Amino acid sequence: MIQLILKRLFTYIPVLLVVVIITFLMIHAAPGGPFDAERVASPEIIEKLNEAYNLDKPIHVQIYNYLFNAIQGDFGPSFKYPGRTVTELIMSGLPTTIELAIYSILFAIFLGVISGLVASLNPGKILDIVPMSISLLGICIPSIILGPVLVLIFGIWYEVLPVYGWGDNPGDKILPTITLGTAYAAIFARLTRGGMLEILGQDYIRTARAKGLSEIRIVIVHALRGGILPVISFLGPAIAGLLAGSFVVETIFQINGVGRFYVQAAFNRDYTMILGTSILFTFMTLTFVLISDIMASFLNPTLRDSGGLE
Amino acid sequence: MHWLLIFFLFLAGCSGNTDQKSKVDLYSEQGILLLGNGTEPSGIDPHIVTGVPEHKILLALLEGLVIFNPQNNGVLPGVASEWVISEDGLTYTFIFNPEAKWTNGESVKPEHFVYSWKRILSPELGAQYADMLYVIKNAESFHKGQIKDFSKVGVSVFENKLVVTLENPTPYFLNILTHYSTWPVHPETVEKFGGMTSRNNKWTRVNNFIGNGPFKLDSWEINKSLKVSRNDLYWGNDSNKINGIEFLPIDNELTQDRLFRSGGIHLANTVPTEKIIRYREERPKELVEHNYFGTYYYRINTNKSPLNDVNFRKALSLSIDRDLIVKSILKGNQKVSYSFTPPDENSYNPSTKLEFNPVKAKLLFKESGYDINNQPLEVLYNTSEGHQKIAQAIQEMWKKHLGLNVILTNVDWKVYLARETQGEFDISRAGWIGDYPDPFTFLDMMVTDRGNNKTGWSNARYDEILNNAASQISTTKRYELYEEAEKILIDELPVIPLYTYTRTYLLSERVKNWQKNILDTNPYQFLSLE
Repeated sequence: MIQLILKRLFTYIPVLLVVVIITFLMIHAAPGGPFDAERVASPEIIEKLNEAYNLDKPIHVQIYNYLFNAIQGDFGPSFKYPGRTVTELIMSGLPTTIELAIYSILFAIFLGVISGLVASLNPGKILDIVPMSISLLGICIPSIILGPVLVLIFGIWYEVLPVYGWGDNPGDKILPTITLGTAYAAIFARLTRGGMLEILGQDYIRTARAKGLSEIRIVIVHALRGGILPVISFLGPAIAGLLAGSFVVETIFQINGVGRFYVQAAFNRDYTMILGTSILFTFMTLTFVLISDIMASFLNPTLRDSGGLE
Repeated sequence: MHWLLIFFLFLAGCSGNTDQKSKVDLYSEQGILLLGNGTEPSGIDPHIVTGVPEHKILLALLEGLVIFNPQNNGVLPGVASEWVISEDGLTYTFIFNPEAKWTNGESVKPEHFVYSWKRILSPELGAQYADMLYVIKNAESFHKGQIKDFSKVGVSVFENKLVVTLENPTPYFLNILTHYSTWPVHPETVEKFGGMTSRNNKWTRVNNFIGNGPFKLDSWEINKSLKVSRNDLYWGNDSNKINGIEFLPIDNELTQDRLFRSGGIHLANTVPTEKIIRYREERPKELVEHNYFGTYYYRINTNKSPLNDVNFRKALSLSIDRDLIVKSILKGNQKVSYSFTPPDENSYNPSTKLEFNPVKAKLLFKESGYDINNQPLEVLYNTSEGHQKIAQAIQEMWKKHLGLNVILTNVDWKVYLARETQGEFDISRAGWIGDYPDPFTFLDMMVTDRGNNKTGWSNARYDEILNNAASQISTTKRYELYEEAEKILIDELPVIPLYTYTRTYLLSERVKNWQKNILDTNPYQFLSLE
């Protein structure tokens, strides 16, 4: 297992390298530069700015310099926020984004798995149809719509929850968590239902029933372990997706997370910030996928034995 | 379903709870302003930043030689308690207020301004607003590296006074000084945390920042808030009734709107266009609308055919129904433009006209000899629903009145800027907000080869008039010359003005002494909270 994990970690290097090079080339190929402004600066000033940020050098030299510094943990100064480094800006928002992602994923797992369980135990009945229809709705409604609707209902009409910030006012984490987590809760519900239905039809479950075990014991002890495997497998991409997609929720609720930098950097042509956030999200995606693979291997001996981690 | 019923009963019980104080109520009692401030400020270094959100913050933290007077667009004493202007209008001598202090207790000295202006004019800093100081003798030459010795620039200290020598008599020089790019920085602090020309200087960090404004920097959490509190050492504290300000970087106008409605901020600096009419009806006391010193216009690339033909450009302008755009699309009390510079009934009020006359337009269009089967022209704009609606309306008008086909292209902001600067456009939407209340801030833009001209248009007479205007001491004479230049511009139409901006925002009734002015600037020390 450890060998396999190390092997996977080793693949990070070429993946990150390719991401940096492709991102570098793409941002330089994109029209518009970091110093384009409505109030046009003179060519002399643009020249000085290019010099100050090493943009006057050939592209391969820029990539080499960037990689050389990045290996040492220096991701350069932000072009948009003079006086601040990319690392500093990312670190200012990362804890919040991670916290938001954790709450959202916990909410999604809790709601999704319970709904999926209930639905799988009542196939074709009202308790299956209603949660599954709602989950379909949850998948279909993007957070950009759900967020403002929740704000309107709970923040403006009923005035029971704050509509702004993160950790500043009691209850201000509720709406962002629900907004970000709902779509994933819906996916988890459907995955749980599918997984459980498959497991509940297996011979060993029938044997357990024949032995006279209680339904709760059968579901919790015997079926759930296998039934939620699809959920575990999806956990990695889900967390990565939550982190990368958090910018919408961060914008709606004005949360100072790193997701907002990710998008703003692209619009601002803040080259170093684009690279820094791309590296971060690539690294996190790889890591969470790895973690969910490890978890799935532990829950499913077949995967572990066959080296499913690969 | 019982739990659902209970849940909604709970919500119903919570609603309409008028006893609960909102954040605005609580903060008003403490004398703290909560301001929605647009995007996260890129910084608070007055010599590097360029945006409006940054300006709003710097207004609290730093003070220049003079302060913008929000009541009449003039100036009030700031660091300089008084000033003397020489008869030829070329020399300004500023006498410093001995009570003007930095937040570390040191007095603000004329030498600090010399250092600050040398800093912004140093080419190595790459300051984008350095040209604000080009009116000072040799400032432009120093900034362009043509002279290296700063002592040749018209800024010096004499008997503890700051003496400024100008290239030309510039009656609006004091207005320029209300712009943050001319405000001072604390030299020792700048040197300590990175040096005069370092863009990555750390002097603006919370623990390092030394300012001289009515407020001092308390905290700055990126994308969350920037808080300032009353500077006890500020010379004008007797009249300052505000204890602190919290600037909230809210770039989404809908979020800002929701926050305002839920009592989270005193000021929402924008209002979603679709809600303006509703606010006008339902919350008229909170909706603020006033003229703004800005023009929305279409920029024409006069280097390209057929746009190099003045008759063609006139036909384009004559077939635009500006009234319709303002009333049916914008709905925000904007005024139709008849000149490039926004008119001011009390000062510069040009008599130029831009009419809607489809018949005349058609005649001129025919005269231009343009074949409508040619490849269609392109209207370029940066992605925005508002720009799109206007562009679609104009596309329709040109089609209807001239039979002209144009295609609309929307691109992201940086692409739009790059294409405009490189001249890769036919017609592009544009807007300009004056930096100081003088027509020069608009008209100078269209001088031959100015960076912001971007149209390729050049007119020797226009350049000459503006050059002459710069040396006029008499405001009346200067305005006459400006008007003459304005007429040339409107006659040749390298730019097609469409409307004069208005500022529309939401302001809590608790904020008192707020002044509606064309620069939308209200120094916070003149406000109060109820």
